[in-house]
Amino acid sequence: MLPKPRGAFSADVFEALRSDPSRLAKADLPDAENADDTAIALWSLYELHFRGFEDVDENFEWHPAALQLRARLESDLEARLRAHWTGTPPQGEFADAFFEFVTNHDGPSLARFVQTEATEEQVLDLLRMRSIYHLKEADPSAWMVPRLDTAPKAALVELLYDEYGGGDPNRLHHYLFARGLESVGLRSEYGAYIDDAPAEVLEQNNAMALFGLHRRLRGAAMGHLAAFEATSSMPSRRMAAGLERLGLDDTMIGYYTEHVTADAAHEQVAVRAICGALLDGEPGMRDDVFFGAFTCMDQEDRVAGHLLGRWQEVA
Amino acid sequence: MTAPEFEYADVELCPGGPMLLRGEHVVRDVDGGTHRTTGPLSAVCRCGKSAAKPWCDGTHKLLPEDKRP
Repeated sequence: MLPKPRGAFSADVFEALRSDPSRLAKADLPDAENADDTAIALWSLYELHFRGFEDVDENFEWHPAALQLRARLESDLEARLRAHWTGTPPQGEFADAFFEFVTNHDGPSLARFVQTEATEEQVLDLLRMRSIYHLKEADPSAWMVPRLDTAPKAALVELLYDEYGGGDPNRLHHYLFARGLESVGLRSEYGAYIDDAPAEVLEQNNAMALFGLHRRLRGAAMGHLAAFEATSSMPSRRMAAGLERLGLDDTMIGYYTEHVTADAAHEQVAVRAICGALLDGEPGMRDDVFFGAFTCMDQEDRVAGHLLGRWQEVA
Repeated sequence: MTAPEFEYADVELCPGGPMLLRGEHVVRDVDGGTHRTTGPLSAVCRCGKSAAKPWCDGTHKLLPEDKRP
């Protein structure tokens, strides 16, 4: 089912999606009330391309008015993301420069907080937020497969094959997360906690869909993926330690320990074999690779800032 | 257009980082214990500082450059 609307704009968008998408034309819609109102509308339009909604006709995925509205919201989102990055892409050999760029990025760390001081309730809150992406982990990157040239395509599929369990559905990463959610008493249905997700989490997901769905943004999509993998091993180890500290179920701990070693391999493939090969063929993509990587880390900072702030208010 | 032959290795020494393994392998550690890879991609620690040995856990990134493999 469609999520709850967060303002007059998303309310009208959802109503039109349930009945008649031609009402999504610009002139018929009120302005968005706030960031949540915009983000939930765009998230829902993207979701038509992932798993859809019971209350939206599947044919509307490609309805011209829905696509037109999506394009308008995407254009605003991309401009906002590009405006966040005021740096310049580092020079030098790509893989070294990329790893250094990621290592030098400094931001608030949810994993560190979970490791040392989060309460069980705060950890469950975080897992609910993570579920929005982790239940479709890697899916937005998979959209990029047919859009890449031979070498980066082969490398991306090599990485995705591991993400998707190497053929064994039990080992598919988003299935591991679903089982982890159930093991700690949370709901594992796709999108179960979407109404609880703040704009920062929605926008983090929207950026991945934006990059994944546009061939033009293949550099950003692969840079985002590489930064995601390159910022996963150590935080996953901290998450596992925090969950152990709180005595949470082994299944969820296992999800994170799996990512400590899996992503230590994935980061090498993503940086060297995917992005490196992409740039060998298309050196002009270098700026966008770093833009995507920055966006990945910057949006995680925003999510962390929001959640840490929220928890501090309650404490 | 000529279609090039790509260089592709099953075992790759990543500069400053781990040894990347593609495919199934059994790795013997320094104490003689054996460890089977669990997926198509694995990374073996080369810096000696991993907490998940014989596998890499990304710790090499915290080392000064001259201490990396």
